[in-house]
Amino acid sequence: MMGCWVLNESLSIVLVLSWLGVNLYLFIDTFYWYEEEESFLYTRVILGCFRGPWRRQLDKNLKFHKLVAYGIVINAKGEWKKGMSRGVRVRDKMQTEDSHPPTKKTPKIMISHQSSELFDSKLETPTIHIVAHLFNLEHYHWSQSPEAEGLVAALSKLGDTPNETYLNPIRTFHTNTIAELLTTIAGITGLLISLALILIMTSSTEFIRQVSYELFWYTHHVFIIFFIGLAIHGAGRIVRGQTPESLLLHNITFCRDHLEEWQAQCPVPQFSGKEPSAWKWVLGPMVLYACERIIRFWRFQQEVIITKVVSHPSGVLELCMKKRDFKMAPGQYVLIQCPSISTLEWHPFTLTSAPQEDFFSVHIRAAGDWTEALCKAFGVEGQPLKEPWSLPRLAVDGPFGAALTDVFHYPVSMCIAAGIGVTPFAALLKSIWYQCCEAQTQCKLNKVYFYWICRDPGAFEWFADLLLSLETKMSEQGQAHFLSYHIFLTGWDENQAFHIALHWDENADVITGLRQKTFYGRPNWNHEFQQVAFSHPSSNIGVFFCGPKALSKILQRMCRVYSSADPRGVHFYYNRESF
Amino acid sequence: MGQIEWAMWANEQALASGLILITGGIVATAGQFTQWYLGAYSIAAGVLVCLLEYPRGKRTKGSTMERCGQKYLTRVVKLFGPLTRNYYIRAFLHLGLAVPAGFLLATILGTACLAIASGIYLLAAIRGEQWSPIEPKPKERPQIGGTIKQPPSNPPPRPPAEARKKPSEEAAGIPTGGPQENPMPVNDEVV
Repeated sequence: MMGCWVLNESLSIVLVLSWLGVNLYLFIDTFYWYEEEESFLYTRVILGCFRGPWRRQLDKNLKFHKLVAYGIVINAKGEWKKGMSRGVRVRDKMQTEDSHPPTKKTPKIMISHQSSELFDSKLETPTIHIVAHLFNLEHYHWSQSPEAEGLVAALSKLGDTPNETYLNPIRTFHTNTIAELLTTIAGITGLLISLALILIMTSSTEFIRQVSYELFWYTHHVFIIFFIGLAIHGAGRIVRGQTPESLLLHNITFCRDHLEEWQAQCPVPQFSGKEPSAWKWVLGPMVLYACERIIRFWRFQQEVIITKVVSHPSGVLELCMKKRDFKMAPGQYVLIQCPSISTLEWHPFTLTSAPQEDFFSVHIRAAGDWTEALCKAFGVEGQPLKEPWSLPRLAVDGPFGAALTDVFHYPVSMCIAAGIGVTPFAALLKSIWYQCCEAQTQCKLNKVYFYWICRDPGAFEWFADLLLSLETKMSEQGQAHFLSYHIFLTGWDENQAFHIALHWDENADVITGLRQKTFYGRPNWNHEFQQVAFSHPSSNIGVFFCGPKALSKILQRMCRVYSSADPRGVHFYYNRESF
Repeated sequence: MGQIEWAMWANEQALASGLILITGGIVATAGQFTQWYLGAYSIAAGVLVCLLEYPRGKRTKGSTMERCGQKYLTRVVKLFGPLTRNYYIRAFLHLGLAVPAGFLLATILGTACLAIASGIYLLAAIRGEQWSPIEPKPKERPQIGGTIKQPPSNPPPRPPAEARKKPSEEAAGIPTGGPQENPMPVNDEVV
């Protein structure tokens, strides 16, 4: 069973390992460079072994992190290398407000934060960097104290007379280290960018994204300060090494032990600050990001025609739109901006239409300031009907995200949607209908099991409508057995139970109106998987899930338990892409 | 931005600041930096802030995700009543705790972060937010036999259940139960 997990995750594992490997390589390379390099020998004398180098090569690691993070940000947009974006296993999380429907996701910015646990080292590297700096400053400070003696004291005094260049950036013992921090470029920028990073992190936790998406969005733009600060962080050239010319004149192996010869045989060593190199690492991603913003601006200018506006009960707004050259795949999302509401905010929504349709649609529920304003602007819930020319203009950027085309690669697919995770399945089911039922082309997929688990179906009434229309269309085509769906209502009370029991013998379900009956309570997954395995004894079955983590673990376990050991037997492949 | 619950963000920021204060304090104390006693203070302040901020308050709208194991600390924090409920007090407490740590380089980042958290709490307090504990819902005991309805006490024919009410409800004008009273005598005539 472990093999199953490894195969499923293989691409992510390879990516993570190569990322860690490059980090390790950079770390060790720079560490030894600072540790062995002659020009930094005297720096090492003051700072002691291991500390100066630690700080410096962690710099390199930090820069690499950012380079990779931005590389992944751009890749995941799906504009470049779709394969790369899938490999990253984007964990786009849906926004919730209670059991309200999803239609909103965290955008590609999440990817740069690498929701997988292995990538959480975004904080460790800066922490070690800062801690090492603190030790360095203390050592520099202490080297200026009257108690310091020998080589350390001599080195620290360098630079006091004219013609000498200094090594120790702290010039006198009486300076306060905090004053040093605040008067050097490195210190101020370091403090600022650490603050920026912490603010970004605290406003990006899953909880805060649920509480207020706008807070997350606006605070995240503090990254501008972060990157500018990072680029100029080294401009003060505090890390100093001996100049090459001085190395030729001043033989360090001899002179370090012969302080008394420093006026005679050993000319005074000269030092210069190391060139800042952060900008080289940061430049690439910044250019890519600038390109991304330019593309978004260009897309902003493109015309979006709204072909249909539907106001569903319980405040769900469906917008059907058209845009030139817009190509999508099921499971992707778009960013929508409404300039009349806010010129700065782009909000993500999952696409709910199939690629075969000549329009694309999103379902929006009023769950916050922006969505409420949007619903009002489009005349939802009791507002007077709007004329087409009075509708506000929309801008659409996208589509982004991993496409859900794996469903078509299996002969049998199980799609499980819990709560708010049902939205991408709207697009998927429609797409399945077009590709496998309506079209005359041969389709590898010949059976779909769909499980929908939710507490309150009222908010998803539009999805129930979709299921009903699919059910009707399929039975017209004679393919009534293609799609088998099961709805589980987990929030029910006694009154409902009475009502349902009363109408149990009728043909259509009393709550949804669908021909397949609704179940009450949670599904018994053992039973479901057993049934499916029994019905398809030697097939490969793809399992696709969107919903909370706890259920994801249960389903993974089910896949492992019910996959047979026989290679010709039934095999469940769990697809962990949460989309 | 009108609907943001600022206290939620302030809570995350304060918790992070607490951790940063502890880290900076440990570095300064372990490294025996000059004025390392401020580092020791910073550890204590950081621990206090973390304990205070760990239990998340309840959101006014929607459901709140609890932090793992927070219910024990919730009980303790609740004990302090208005001292912990009121965000003005929290804002000034955090500001006060942050100031001494600002004099040591190792903990200055913690100071800055905690000061920001204090500012956000002030904003939350001005907007009238306050901390309320997340309490577990009391488990509804299933009443044994609660759904078993009393069998009817009259023989048939009897009026429907709503009419079979107690005499005390007659005042409400509901028709009384009881056997049907015929306005004229009825004979069982077999012709």
